[in-house]
Amino acid sequence: MGKSRKSRGVSESSNSVEKDEVVMSLIETTLRERLGQCSLPPEICGFEKERRELLDLIKRTVTSGESNSVLVIGPRGSGKSMLIKSVLKELLQITEIKDNLLQVHLNGLLQTDDKIALKEITRQLHLENTVGDKVFGSFAETLQFLLQALKSGSQSSKPILFVLEEFDLFAFHRNQTLLYNLFDISQSAQTPICVLGITCRLDVIELLEKRVKSRFSHRQLHMFNSLKFDEYQHLFTVLLSLQEDFPDQKVATNWNKHIKELSEDKSVVDILQRQYEYSKDVRSLQQLMMYPVCRLGEENQQLKAAHFQESLKLLTTDSKASMLHGVSILELCLIISMKHLGDIYDGEPFNFEMVYKEYQKFAQRRSSMQVFDKAVVLKAFEHLIALELVRPMDSSGGTKVQKEYRLMSLLIHPSQILTALQKYPNCPTEISQWASCALAV
Amino acid sequence: MDITAIPCRQKQVAVLKDLFGKPHQHTVPSLFIYGHTSTGKTLVVNTLLRTLKLPHAVVNCVECYNQRFLFEHILNTISGNSETITDTDNVIKCDNMNDFIRLLRQIVGEQGLDSQTLYIVFDKAERLRDMESNILPAFLRLQELSALNVCVLLVSEIVWEKYRFGSGFCEPLVIHFPDYSKEELVQIICQDCPPEYPEGFYNMYVNLVLSIFHYACRNLKELRHLVSLNFKKYIQPVSTGEASLNDTKKLWKNIEPHLKKALHTLYLREVSSSQWERYQYDLETTDSVALQGLSHRSHVELPFYSKYLLIAAYLASYNPAKSDRKFFAKHSGKGNKKTQQIKKSERTSNHMLGPKPFPLDRLMAIFYSIVDGRVAPTANIFMQITSLVSLHFLGHAVGEDQIEQPKYKCLVSLEFIKAVARTVNFDVLRYLYDFV
Repeated sequence: MGKSRKSRGVSESSNSVEKDEVVMSLIETTLRERLGQCSLPPEICGFEKERRELLDLIKRTVTSGESNSVLVIGPRGSGKSMLIKSVLKELLQITEIKDNLLQVHLNGLLQTDDKIALKEITRQLHLENTVGDKVFGSFAETLQFLLQALKSGSQSSKPILFVLEEFDLFAFHRNQTLLYNLFDISQSAQTPICVLGITCRLDVIELLEKRVKSRFSHRQLHMFNSLKFDEYQHLFTVLLSLQEDFPDQKVATNWNKHIKELSEDKSVVDILQRQYEYSKDVRSLQQLMMYPVCRLGEENQQLKAAHFQESLKLLTTDSKASMLHGVSILELCLIISMKHLGDIYDGEPFNFEMVYKEYQKFAQRRSSMQVFDKAVVLKAFEHLIALELVRPMDSSGGTKVQKEYRLMSLLIHPSQILTALQKYPNCPTEISQWASCALAV
Repeated sequence: MDITAIPCRQKQVAVLKDLFGKPHQHTVPSLFIYGHTSTGKTLVVNTLLRTLKLPHAVVNCVECYNQRFLFEHILNTISGNSETITDTDNVIKCDNMNDFIRLLRQIVGEQGLDSQTLYIVFDKAERLRDMESNILPAFLRLQELSALNVCVLLVSEIVWEKYRFGSGFCEPLVIHFPDYSKEELVQIICQDCPPEYPEGFYNMYVNLVLSIFHYACRNLKELRHLVSLNFKKYIQPVSTGEASLNDTKKLWKNIEPHLKKALHTLYLREVSSSQWERYQYDLETTDSVALQGLSHRSHVELPFYSKYLLIAAYLASYNPAKSDRKFFAKHSGKGNKKTQQIKKSERTSNHMLGPKPFPLDRLMAIFYSIVDGRVAPTANIFMQITSLVSLHFLGHAVGEDQIEQPKYKCLVSLEFIKAVARTVNFDVLRYLYDFV
């Protein structure tokens, strides 16, 4: 980009400025889209074995009519859905498969019970025409119809691919009817179907009922983040680079060169290292890159290491400490009293009266402190409860016991309080002294 | 309100503007905005979306307390018929997430919004946690699930860590709205300075109010309310001619006790704002006016025996059972020495730990020993106990047999019981273990 800016200085034509802006916004759009949730990355790092296995499996279902079931297990953000999407993309380029394969995508978050799931299956298989208004018939009817349609087929009929995302949530449906029927069809030689379950729970097999489990093929694909740091670094470059299909190739080469330089910049490497130690998943890397990419614009035409730094700061701020920064001094005093109560009584729950007494002991000893009424202190205490920094032990509020005597526990670690105190604006010295010496009453 | 007119939030506005980008560009799938009460979270988000003219739907999660209301509100807002619901047939109906996504795509297609980012703002997002467990994860993944260019914004007071549950979900980008510093608070409140007074004068007044309240309260709305209500009292010496605008000391002397009083009454909502205004008006015209707060009115009329029953219940709740002999038996001198031997510091006061449950028998025994004359244990007396329970003066202790051995707790405060005892000329403090 530096080069193009220079050339703009020479030519001074408004045309090139305009073009520059267009290209810039095109880069921005491309990168933003790539970091969002619905696009495939240009290149997949790792997972060659898993990819081959999946590709093979689906191909076998489509071409030779065999039924399969497989579970893809891996932590959040490790690229399970991405892998399946890219496998499907590749498969659909073969015309024979494209014409033959029917796909049904289900998600445990959307199809929260089997009835909704069935409706969705009929919709995605375009069976509404055949069922007519029967889509809205009873559950048993729809199921029967669907099963008939599926079972009447033989090995030569059109294969169906079922992709079940958040597979573990389907296991919480009543009787696991849907899973049972899907696996049952995949076991008996009827319509060839391939059931792909995607989940992040390692114990997902334990969730299945016995009859469901016995019909499942127990084929599992584990996708663990086994990225080395240099691969991680490579991924960083890949995600930010422009592809060959970018219209202005000259700009693209310049841009990619700049990204290459950036990825070797010491401060960027340092940031990446820290993020890598925190979590290896790709999604958190994408989140790290989102802010710098969003900062791109007319006045800021290149990615800068400083923006990555800002982004890391945005991601790693201690939210409780920043909430503590905003409480009033009275509330801060109450938190310190609670901390002391925790020290004295060894983490036992406390009630408002005890906190108030502790606060009073402190406030009266210091003549300079303003001593507040009990009611004002209670208001501050209730604000802390509303912020969920303090939690009642039993959730049943109301008539059981007066609010002064409800047992509470503090949800802030003592070290968090001490660090927050150091950053607190205009903190009176006596309060910070009081906070640091626990037992000097 | 214009986005540039929001004071002290330039940095946050800039960050949000950067993240939103141009309307056709994708943005972050989800944003989580948190900060203290009244730090301008909702104001900034709403104003920004309105001034940039972006298609958006704002949902208050307190209003839409179940998923059906939530979905229908969003869909109807986006489809643009929320203002003109005259024809109930046009209202979109939707009761599950699956239909919501399907309808959302349909509406976005119909309205021609697919070339722009659609924003869905959830205000008071902490309520989403109490809904069905699939709601929050699904909205955080909305961009992927619907394959649309949508961005979900969650606005909340609670930190993000408290939202996580189950096997986790797509993490949003977290943005913190920091609290206003004292100077910023003064700057913001000074914006509504009445035009007939100079700005410096009003600034001074706001500083005075903050010097009283800032220790206990950082809530901008609350402070603003207090500032506006007390201004009349502050300028009263000026309007009567006793002081000029520069007589800072005199004005301070005049307002300080008034503000201190406001801390105990107005700030706690003991008196309402209209009562407070009336009180200020009365102060100007007449000399002495009494201000009756809510807690002053908590005096209740009870039947004679109910009062004694309540006192007996209070004594039973806050005294240990083994001290009963000392207080209520006719001839006891022996126990006194023993209690004196217990060091004062070793006893944790019962008034700190709260009321203890007691059986009905103990209540009746204490009742008979404190009430003068003979009272027959009629159904009436027992009725009065249950009516005290239904008035929430007593509470049932949990898990006990209701008829055979009922146990109760006394749920009234010491002030209240003192007031009740005074009406029957009974000295409660003499009988309370913590105070002898």
